[in-house]
Amino acid sequence: MTSSHGRGLLHLAAALDQEGAYDAGSYVERARLAERGGLDFVTLGDTFARPGPDALAVLSRIAPATARIGLVPTVTTTHTEPFHVQAAVATLDWVSRGRAGWQIDVSTTEGEARLFGRRHAAPVDELWHEAGEVAEVADQLWDSWEDGAEIRDVATGRFIDRDKLHHVDFTGTTFSVKGPSIVPRPPQGHPVRVIDATEGHARRTAARHADVALVRVASAAQAAAVREQLRRTASEFGRNPDSLRVLASLLVDLGDGEHAAEPGHGGGGPRQSAQGPRYRGGPVDLAELIATWHTNRVVDGFHLTPTEPRRDLERLVNGTVALLQHRGLFRTFYPGSTLREHLGLAKPANRYAVTGATSWTGATS
Amino acid sequence: MTVRRPSRRRIHLAAHFPGVNNTTVWADPRSKSQIDFSSFEYLARTAERGLFDFFFLAEGLRLREHKGRIHDLDVVGRPESLTVLNALAGVTEHLGLAATVNATFNEPYELARRLATLDHLSGGRAAWNVVTSSDAFTGENFRRGGFLDRADRYTRAAEFVQVTRKLWDSWTADGIPRPFAHRGRHFDIAGEFTVPRSPQGHPVVIQAGDSDEGREFAAATADVVFTRHGSLEAGRAFYADVKRRLEKYGRGPDDLKIMPGVTFVLGDTAAQAQEKAYRIRRQQVSPQNAILALEQIWGVDLSSYDPDGPLPEIDPVAEPGISQGRTRRGDSVVIAEKWRALSKEKGLSIRQTVIEASGRQSFVGTAEAVAAELDEFVQRDAADGFILQPLITPGGLDEFVDKVVPLLQERGAFRTEYQGATLRSHLGLPDPVRKG
Ligand SMILES: Cc1cc2nc3c(=O)[nH]c(=O)nc-3n(C[C@H](O)[C@H](O)[C@H](O)COP(=O)(O)O)c2cc1C
Repeated sequence: MTSSHGRGLLHLAAALDQEGAYDAGSYVERARLAERGGLDFVTLGDTFARPGPDALAVLSRIAPATARIGLVPTVTTTHTEPFHVQAAVATLDWVSRGRAGWQIDVSTTEGEARLFGRRHAAPVDELWHEAGEVAEVADQLWDSWEDGAEIRDVATGRFIDRDKLHHVDFTGTTFSVKGPSIVPRPPQGHPVRVIDATEGHARRTAARHADVALVRVASAAQAAAVREQLRRTASEFGRNPDSLRVLASLLVDLGDGEHAAEPGHGGGGPRQSAQGPRYRGGPVDLAELIATWHTNRVVDGFHLTPTEPRRDLERLVNGTVALLQHRGLFRTFYPGSTLREHLGLAKPANRYAVTGATSWTGATS
Repeated sequence: MTVRRPSRRRIHLAAHFPGVNNTTVWADPRSKSQIDFSSFEYLARTAERGLFDFFFLAEGLRLREHKGRIHDLDVVGRPESLTVLNALAGVTEHLGLAATVNATFNEPYELARRLATLDHLSGGRAAWNVVTSSDAFTGENFRRGGFLDRADRYTRAAEFVQVTRKLWDSWTADGIPRPFAHRGRHFDIAGEFTVPRSPQGHPVVIQAGDSDEGREFAAATADVVFTRHGSLEAGRAFYADVKRRLEKYGRGPDDLKIMPGVTFVLGDTAAQAQEKAYRIRRQQVSPQNAILALEQIWGVDLSSYDPDGPLPEIDPVAEPGISQGRTRRGDSVVIAEKWRALSKEKGLSIRQTVIEASGRQSFVGTAEAVAAELDEFVQRDAADGFILQPLITPGGLDEFVDKVVPLLQERGAFRTEYQGATLRSHLGLPDPVRKG
């Protein structure tokens, strides 16, 4: 359905980050708006270093107020407990009925380390290596319950079939986990893992563990190059490169009119800024950019961070997305219900299940 | 018309989600998923319909094992509490939301932030049940690994709560974060908290644990104590003991609410309720569960014994570790003697003995009788309220809310509407004093 026809489906995501917002209202409102636009998912960043609520909590709060849109909080792996992290992400998948993602990130500063007092700041490559191990143990713990483990067999008095539960016995460089998880396997099997692959160390971890890689680059050529590299490295890790979606991550400032006088700063494209690649123009111009990059197979989609949270998201949905839909380039409704389905990613088979047994594979692939 | 005595003490009510424990009757055809969000939503909405103070989730961090294999007889598998409660904040409006979170396998900065976030997202309805139960078995799932001696568990928990409150107090009234630093035996941390002061200032702190250290910890730091006292006399003794401890911490008797966890069975007549309670006991103590209960005391494999036959003649071996992830209570030789005597005296089989000797439902009777009894517990200083543990997921609270709550309201013993917006206001707890 996808790559053989050249261009795959277009994937769109938006960031909900908003400084100083701690109440549920504004997050719910914007997530619903993004859902109205049929976006694949919304993200919410998180760090222990600067003001902001716990992102996974916010997206859990949003879950019952939305029905289809994917929910992708950042959850860091440096000072957190891998066992708790996987349980929380699995639970987001349960409460959202299969819409959870997890943006994996690391904490690099001594300031963050001091908030915990357990270890000092470590080199970035070590932290991303550890993040990869956390992603790996999460996968194993998500598989530690096979589908159908719960049997409720009154005759034998057994609630579960213990042969379908597995200790993972994972030993990593900085931690070990016995397992199994306390949470049964989540609806998507593995919630969708997202990694910002702009930097080198993160890029390797993304090629190995991510379902969605975000790249913050300002030009089409750069984006295409990074995508190729990610796909190649994924193959080297034994993955099918088509199981990795690469989205260009841009800040968007849609403050101008329908068409900007100088769309994309006059050059037609985004421009590097201190906060990352930034696109400034009208909603129509942005639609043009998205269509061009996507048609040329530069990327599989876009992750857009509004500069002015409400205004830009509204223009994005009512302008850019509407136009892409009108031109038949973007979905007008959600054909599936899980985030994996939106992204065209199959539900992973359970590593512990006997091949060809009960495990269900996604309808879309 | 009932005359309302203004001095009458009001009952506080909470609902425990009957997910994972050995009282949940999963064999009942009405028993639904313990993991689907719909179950949590249903029970929380029922509790809110009944004007309950809060909804309570327990925690377990490693699946229990028996004879070296994963225990498979009771309900297993639960979602992570704070994530579920954040989702429930979206489908409820007044109900308090309480998460059990272990103080040994978490870090204050992260947990303080997660709790403050829940308090913001729910408009002031968050609570934290601080537990300390942990051993090397649970520790195998965590970075910090290992375990702490009981004494250290409580000193860590006390310091944990102290640091957490410091963090909650660290933003000024006009929303400016101030740097904090803490250096103690268990924690040496510094920086800036990322969440402004939450609607309750401090989310409500609950303590569960019965030992002397546990009671002292509760008196010093908790807003609510979750206990396990089913009988009026035991409840009165516990109540008097814990309330007495408050003074030395400069606290008044109303600053700490005592809420035993209780079960209930309702019937149209007293006899019918008794019969129903016995049927439930038989479901809770399946033949397999009866043997397991015995093995936990005898410390050996008893799988060749017939649950409908007599108790083993052999003596228990004092070998710990046949069951892991669950606390064993008391001296096994003494318990075995008691059970054998009971079985001889009444001519009971293994299964009947276990049913007779182990826990039973706390309140059994007609709705009128149960309402009167609950009220009596509160008026006679055995409790400030109750954490109800329904036996069926998730419909086990329906009957209570439909039948008992109106009777409590008629007696003037329970609210007829929510008065305030926050959990603190439901519980009648004072606003926390900001330190520093
Ligand atoms: C009513 C009650 C409920 C409890 N619930 C939990 C729980 O959900 N999770 C947990 O890990 N421990 C739980 N505990 C264990 C206590 O937190 C405590 O650690 C344990 O009882 C040992 O402490 P103690 O010796 O002071 O009783 C509970 C204890 C009581 C009395």
